[in-house]
Amino acid sequence: MDFSSLSPVAMIVLLIGAATPILLAAIGELVVEKSGVLNLGVEGMMIIGAVSGFIVAVNTDSPMLGLVGAAVGGAVVSMVFAFLTQYLLSNQVATGLALTLFGLGLAALMGSAYNGIRPPRMARLEIEGLSDLPIVGKLLFSHDPVIYGSLALVFAVWYFLNRTRAGLVLRACGENHEAAHSLGYNVQLIRFGAIMFGGACAGLGGAYVSLVRVPQWTEGMTAGVGWIALAIVVFAAWKPWRIILGAYMFGGITILQLSLQALGISISGAYLSMTPYIVTIVVLVIMSSDRKKASLNAPACLGKSFHASH
Amino acid sequence: MKFTKTLAAAAAMGLALAGGAIAGSHGAPVKAGFIYVGPIGDLGWTWTHNQGRLALEAEFGDMVETSYVESVPEGADAERVMSQMARSGVDIIFTTSFGYMDPTINVAEDFPDVRFEHATGYKRADNVSTYSARFYEGRYVIGEIAGAMTETNKIGYIASFPIPEVVRGINSAYLAAKSVNPDVEFKVVWVYTWFDPGKEADAANALIEQGVDVIMQHTDSPAAMTIAEEKGVYAFGQASDMSSFGPNAQLTGIIDNWGPYYIERVQAVMDGTWESTDTWDGVQEGMVGFAPFSDKLPDDVRARAEATIAALAAGELNPFTGPINKQDGSVWLAEGEVADDGTLAGLNFYVEGIEGELPN
Repeated sequence: MDFSSLSPVAMIVLLIGAATPILLAAIGELVVEKSGVLNLGVEGMMIIGAVSGFIVAVNTDSPMLGLVGAAVGGAVVSMVFAFLTQYLLSNQVATGLALTLFGLGLAALMGSAYNGIRPPRMARLEIEGLSDLPIVGKLLFSHDPVIYGSLALVFAVWYFLNRTRAGLVLRACGENHEAAHSLGYNVQLIRFGAIMFGGACAGLGGAYVSLVRVPQWTEGMTAGVGWIALAIVVFAAWKPWRIILGAYMFGGITILQLSLQALGISISGAYLSMTPYIVTIVVLVIMSSDRKKASLNAPACLGKSFHASH
Repeated sequence: MKFTKTLAAAAAMGLALAGGAIAGSHGAPVKAGFIYVGPIGDLGWTWTHNQGRLALEAEFGDMVETSYVESVPEGADAERVMSQMARSGVDIIFTTSFGYMDPTINVAEDFPDVRFEHATGYKRADNVSTYSARFYEGRYVIGEIAGAMTETNKIGYIASFPIPEVVRGINSAYLAAKSVNPDVEFKVVWVYTWFDPGKEADAANALIEQGVDVIMQHTDSPAAMTIAEEKGVYAFGQASDMSSFGPNAQLTGIIDNWGPYYIERVQAVMDGTWESTDTWDGVQEGMVGFAPFSDKLPDDVRARAEATIAALAAGELNPFTGPINKQDGSVWLAEGEVADDGTLAGLNFYVEGIEGELPN
């Protein structure tokens, strides 16, 4: 079998493209869950981001403004969820699922006039000298800005959660909202903000699909990425850095199996297609086998509504 | 994911039922329901079935009432959606994906008075018809074009699931490409989904990375077409004209035309002449059509494609005419022998020359 035509560099470039939407959505959801809210509407916020980013990018001819539009779109739609769960105290699981359905339908409506249109292309970063380096240039210095941005975002989230007072307060809301409340913090408002941040990130992830990975708008085009992002958060045990690991591993296995097939290697694609899901399940099983460890990681108030009774 | 899709289906069903109840108050029109595997905006497979549904409404006006549920997962969930639809008083239900085969048969047993029409399957009952189009005829034409247009002699094929429908298409396209270009090589990538633009795009990229310069697809979204346009390779529209996604990339496309069949079947319900049938129409009957040819096609390629289409339309050409060997070298069809529909319906092997193993 001729492996020489299998270019690792090209594969890694594809891998990053497949992983970035998951990464963006997952890091946003991580912050939401750290604040004690379980938002299952990631898929819905992503598709809203995908369509609103697409619409803005086409109308302004600027992919960058498209990304801004996507973040705003995702954040706005997440406010519906935030209002319902934080102030009307609706069930988070049900509201999250409803948000996904709502998002998919609304996106289809919004995008109906945008089928078959090609969006402006996102320029890749070109650094004089660096981008032309063999291998390293293509590997490290010639991606689109979103990819660098997504990695910077992971760092920023890590720093915020672990090194700032505001991050500590947010985590306090997730671990023990009664305590946070008794210290005078407005739990609902903090969670509202976290949910909007999660919505903006999911929106960006969706726009990465519609503007970069598959530059087009098609109904339902995120095709379940939001659910994978949710799984990746658990897989990462709510640790920002592991989100990168999870997302890139998922993207990597997807791309690897497609590339091997294109190369003509007889592998069972069915099993490889399953692999990322199986790995996630295995990790979940291993993690939950040690109750102490699992409970250390999961925010203690995850999914619980908070109502200040006094 | 399944759960939400179910919810989506249930919610959509609720809407469809509400709509039906209001419209049902005047006269007694025939009610036709459709179960779709993807969103009607996929601009591919489901979109064309929905076009057929709209053709039905245009033809019969007030005499017909249609409803549909989109993005219904194949499997047990489909059964529930179908039952719900049947219970709502629908006269005829079109289930438009291969994976609905067993669910359709199961539900049909519970509702003997409702007629079912299952697309692309092979299981029938007294109240279950099957219908499909001979897409492999269309794939023969685009295979010929692909074989003539490739410069690297590598043709990429994005395949969904290893079912007879898809295997027929690969074999037919390969035989056609080989007939005009003996050096041609097929690279088949199975993505195990009908609709996932991201994955389809990744598959297209992976194939182009391997030197493929013409891409064929048996998945439903225009993602591969978009990538082909971007990378400067050729591709073919799937189920509908996708030239808006790839004005330079699209050479032609296979167009599914379900409208006439849907009209015929609903007419049969109105006349009380409906009975379980097995329909398999192709280019000849107009169920399989083609998108306009790209001006990138040289005259000789275009002329040959037109001649092939004419031969198919006249019923003079069968893509599966011997001599054809199976992949392992054993004889499938002897010289001049033509594959019968039964064999084609269950086709589960590659023909000789295609590399790689067919997943089972």
